[in-house]
Amino acid sequence: MIEVPLHEVAHSRAGDKGNRLNMSLIPYRPELYPILAQQVTEARVLALFRHRGATACVRHDLPLINAFNFVVDEVLEGGVNGSLNLDGHGKTNSFRLLALTVLVPEELLSR
Amino acid sequence: MNRFLVGNGAGFSGDRVDAPLPVLRTLIASGLPAALFFETLGERTVALAHLERRRDPEAGYEPMLERLLEPILALAKQHGIPLLGNWGAANPPAAARAVARLAMAQGMPDLRIALVEGDDVTGLVAGGQLPVHEADAGLDMGAWNLIAANAYIGAEPLIEALTQGADVVVAGRTSDPALAIAPLAHHFGWRADDWEKLALGAATGHLLECGSQVTGGVFWDPGFKDIPDPANIGFPIAEVTAEGGLVITKAAETGGLVELRTVKEQLLYELHDPAHYITPDVVLDITRCTLEQVGQDRVAVHGLRGHPRPDTLKVTASFEGSWLGEGEVSVAGPNALARARATADVLLERMKIRGLDVRARVDLIGVASVHDSDDGALWRGYDGPEPPEIRIRLAVEARTRDDADQAAREVLAMLCCGTAGTGGARWRVTPRILTRSHLVLREHVPVTASVRTAREILA
Repeated sequence: MIEVPLHEVAHSRAGDKGNRLNMSLIPYRPELYPILAQQVTEARVLALFRHRGATACVRHDLPLINAFNFVVDEVLEGGVNGSLNLDGHGKTNSFRLLALTVLVPEELLSR
Repeated sequence: MNRFLVGNGAGFSGDRVDAPLPVLRTLIASGLPAALFFETLGERTVALAHLERRRDPEAGYEPMLERLLEPILALAKQHGIPLLGNWGAANPPAAARAVARLAMAQGMPDLRIALVEGDDVTGLVAGGQLPVHEADAGLDMGAWNLIAANAYIGAEPLIEALTQGADVVVAGRTSDPALAIAPLAHHFGWRADDWEKLALGAATGHLLECGSQVTGGVFWDPGFKDIPDPANIGFPIAEVTAEGGLVITKAAETGGLVELRTVKEQLLYELHDPAHYITPDVVLDITRCTLEQVGQDRVAVHGLRGHPRPDTLKVTASFEGSWLGEGEVSVAGPNALARARATADVLLERMKIRGLDVRARVDLIGVASVHDSDDGALWRGYDGPEPPEIRIRLAVEARTRDDADQAAREVLAMLCCGTAGTGGARWRVTPRILTRSHLVLREHVPVTASVRTAREILA
């Protein structure tokens, strides 16, 4: 097993509605789906956004398309219209998620 | 086989204005019946448009409307491909007049322009008649003045416009997917309660509404997810069949790509519960959805399900908010991090010394900014390598323009009073808009579609 940032094994896109953020997480290889399901928990993703006051995180699993959808509440410190953050939409946050590390078998690293 | 093509020419206000022509050319080359839609409204765009309209009664519609239509209007008309858009924003009648002027200038006085109205529900929100959406339950607008409120309307009036033979449909706050549902429902004669078919339309709209985002835009990640020719990403086209088939593809001879990964990213974009993607026309359920690459730049979408539409429509109400003041300066080279941190602390101290009534935040761009919190937890805790350059940004929210301006000017003052080697100051003050979501019963939002020729509109 090797510890890598999610960015090595998966891709993601972030979007917003009000003060709520969603991020897809899509492993490059389907064999990684159960591994990410086990390691990329709601608690770990919520912890990534605690410093910004996030209150809850829900993960929706979509195994038929080999994808996860994370929804994080109260993370945008006011949303697009209220935030003082340069990225009021929170679109850059997919790459905060992708910086999270996971332990994966080395042979699954190739994209 | 009975097939229909839906193309997208813009995914937001500010999109590439040279994108629609290759899409239109591809639609024409197919020889199939087709429509082209433009999605140019966001929550924020509508509010800004309302402010523009206050300043100038003929403004408040999509500023790029003429630039988007100029190269394609005559060609679309010639080939019978209707153009639909929510480019009316806060002022659909003025947008219709702009389209009419363009049609006259291009020698098409008989161009049929549909005006869709009725989404403005400012009066209902002002009268306190609409409940606040549960997601915004805790949001107190206090004494802020209501600017406007618009309901997200569905496909019905757009279908009516197409039935009346519209060449161009000018709408305001339609839901994004309605712009794709309407031409499909019109062509195939879908019933308003055929949830499976409407789900197909909603998915088509959802996948296409952000333009290039399904064809490689905000997807490409050099070395990880490369795409061909990102300077010329082709905008998307959906191929829909009467039997319920849906294939996502894109404009011919353009950059970008359509593959499983691009479609997955867009399918989940701005989606919360995958079983309930709520639109005014249908509730889309993608939990049984599967995707299949069926050719180069062709992805088939299967297993979409639809549930009955909600009785209520979502309303976005916008309020005149506070003021945003922003200022930036740069430091670079040896000891940049210590100088940037000191600058940040001094700026926050200056807010107190000046007695400015502001909520302030400092970013150290190059260390931590967009991922940081208002209290700068990430840059304060940073212990990585010394960055070669750092841009210090102060952002404040103030109740008065003067406080926001004075706070932003404190950044300017650092040009002389700041640390050694401080330069590159910029500052600005902008009005802020606050938004709150409400719900309205759909029968309380009477929408209309009226079709007139360019000549009639300008008479």
